[in-house]
Amino acid sequence: MPAIEASIMSTDILEQRSRRDARNERLFRWLLKGCALIVLASLLGAAGATLWGGRDAFGTFGWHFLVSSEWDPGNDVYGALVPVYGTIATSFIALLIAVPISFGIAVYLSEVAPAWMRTPVASAIELLAGIPSIIYGMWGLFIFAPFFADHVKPWLTSNLGNKPDDGKLSWVAGHVPFVGKLFGSDYPFGASILVAGIVLAIMIIPFISSVMREVFQTVPTRLKESAYALGSSTWEVSWDIVLPYTRSAVIGGIFLGLGRALGETMAVTFVLGNAMHLSASLLDPGASIASTIANQFSEAAGLQKSALMALAFLLFVVTFVVLLIARLMLRRLASKEGR
Amino acid sequence: MSALYLRRRITNAAAMTLSMLATLVGLAFLAWILWETLRQGIGALDLKLFTKVTAYGEDGGLLNSMVGSLIINFIGIAIATPIGVLAGTWLAEYADRTRLGESIRFLNDILLSAPSIVMGLFVYTIIVLPSTALTHGSTTFSGFAGGVALALIALPVIVRTTDEMLRLVPSTLREAALSLGVPQWKLTLQILIRAARSGIITGVLLALARISGETAPLLFTAFGNNYMALNPIDKMSSLPQIIYQYANDPGEAMHALAWAGAFVVTMFVLLLSLASRLILFRTKVSHD
Repeated sequence: MPAIEASIMSTDILEQRSRRDARNERLFRWLLKGCALIVLASLLGAAGATLWGGRDAFGTFGWHFLVSSEWDPGNDVYGALVPVYGTIATSFIALLIAVPISFGIAVYLSEVAPAWMRTPVASAIELLAGIPSIIYGMWGLFIFAPFFADHVKPWLTSNLGNKPDDGKLSWVAGHVPFVGKLFGSDYPFGASILVAGIVLAIMIIPFISSVMREVFQTVPTRLKESAYALGSSTWEVSWDIVLPYTRSAVIGGIFLGLGRALGETMAVTFVLGNAMHLSASLLDPGASIASTIANQFSEAAGLQKSALMALAFLLFVVTFVVLLIARLMLRRLASKEGR
Repeated sequence: MSALYLRRRITNAAAMTLSMLATLVGLAFLAWILWETLRQGIGALDLKLFTKVTAYGEDGGLLNSMVGSLIINFIGIAIATPIGVLAGTWLAEYADRTRLGESIRFLNDILLSAPSIVMGLFVYTIIVLPSTALTHGSTTFSGFAGGVALALIALPVIVRTTDEMLRLVPSTLREAALSLGVPQWKLTLQILIRAARSGIITGVLLALARISGETAPLLFTAFGNNYMALNPIDKMSSLPQIIYQYANDPGEAMHALAWAGAFVVTMFVLLLSLASRLILFRTKVSHD
């Protein structure tokens, strides 16, 4: 008899236990899902908060906000064109410099360098990504911008610009359209759109080159070996075999770098000069969306604060789209591999 | 034939030289930036950095900023770690290959490089503005708001590493536990997270390295404070914020202080990333 009682008890206990387990399981599942939804909420929240904060500016200026270059806190008139232009120009220069250098680094580290060198050099390049952006900003402000103003800028203005120091227009500035305007400047300091672009380029090189290197390593060896066996040189293998195979991921990596460059704040704020007027010259100071917000937000009130929020919304939407494209492109290669 | 051959060889040699030069350019900028930070930073190191607050200006130190940075970073990590680990666990264990799971994983990757200044404005809107309304108009920047802003930046890093590390845990471990009748929540908490522990710690360290240099989101949340603040509901100074402020100051002595701060931040971040690499390296070896 005691044996039967024990078995009844144990089924009771078992049933209780499995019920408790099921309840805990449900709770745990909801807890985890809630935490994952916080990730989603922070993304939607950031877009929503900036849109809501910028509603006054969007409401007051409408579409004019996007195309007006006026930014006048005195008369409470705001247009986004100057910071938008500055953001696009600096990021474009950064890509122009960073993409070929990153490609070179990736080719060197995946095809050329001796095996013992690859990991240490790759880690060193990735170290660049770990340096905080404020350090880039300080280096840019105190070291690179003065260096640029002393050694590079005079050469650029006198050989390419339309306002040379000695008054003699160079052949290039006289004959090639736009170049003279791009490099003409009366302004004596280093801080400018070009310097901001160069600093941004250094910051995004590690991101682009590490993506490129990683995807270059996914190219099947037999593909490369076949090309080598047919007599291709290392360069031909890199350009005609590796690059086409990884094209979508390479574009993804470039967009990833672009997304970083668009949203970068501190480094750019230090070296852009923060001038709210439009200039065709790359050697004149300018402003980017992020630098304008960083500079003005804490002292802004009313409509100006709203205009800055509206700028932040624009920035968030644009970087979101760029990063979305980047991830989709990166994913395409992964699906090709069957991952 | 030989002309073509020669041209191909020259192209190849030129391309290889250029690729090597590109690598050298990258390394040269790394060396230049680190060298200047070391040189200027060590030159400006002084005992008063660690004993005096920023209220003394040129004669002061950075004590309150360092303490502030520690507090704000701690708040950020303390908020982001549990949420991030649980969210990453959900992605890896419960929502793998579901539509919602895949979308959140995808959006998390985007958040990973979203502009941090927008996150600062977001926290300004949801924390600073409401608390300002509560205190009848006096703007209430706080160390806590700064911590929340940093948590939002740390969160995607932790989610991503947790997710990846859990997916590396062999599924035989899951099957073994499930076949013994262990409920899934117990399996997750007591076996899987423990198996992926060192990877998750690496993620937290990487997130800490990422946020300890962040400046932009702190400008409108923690704001800054010239005196020592230990209570997170007060305005709080932080190293990146004081570097930003001092570097924009015209005084040479202020620049030296900014370099000293930059040196401290850089060393901290580099040591953290070194430590996280070492932890990851050690686990990789022990799994082999």
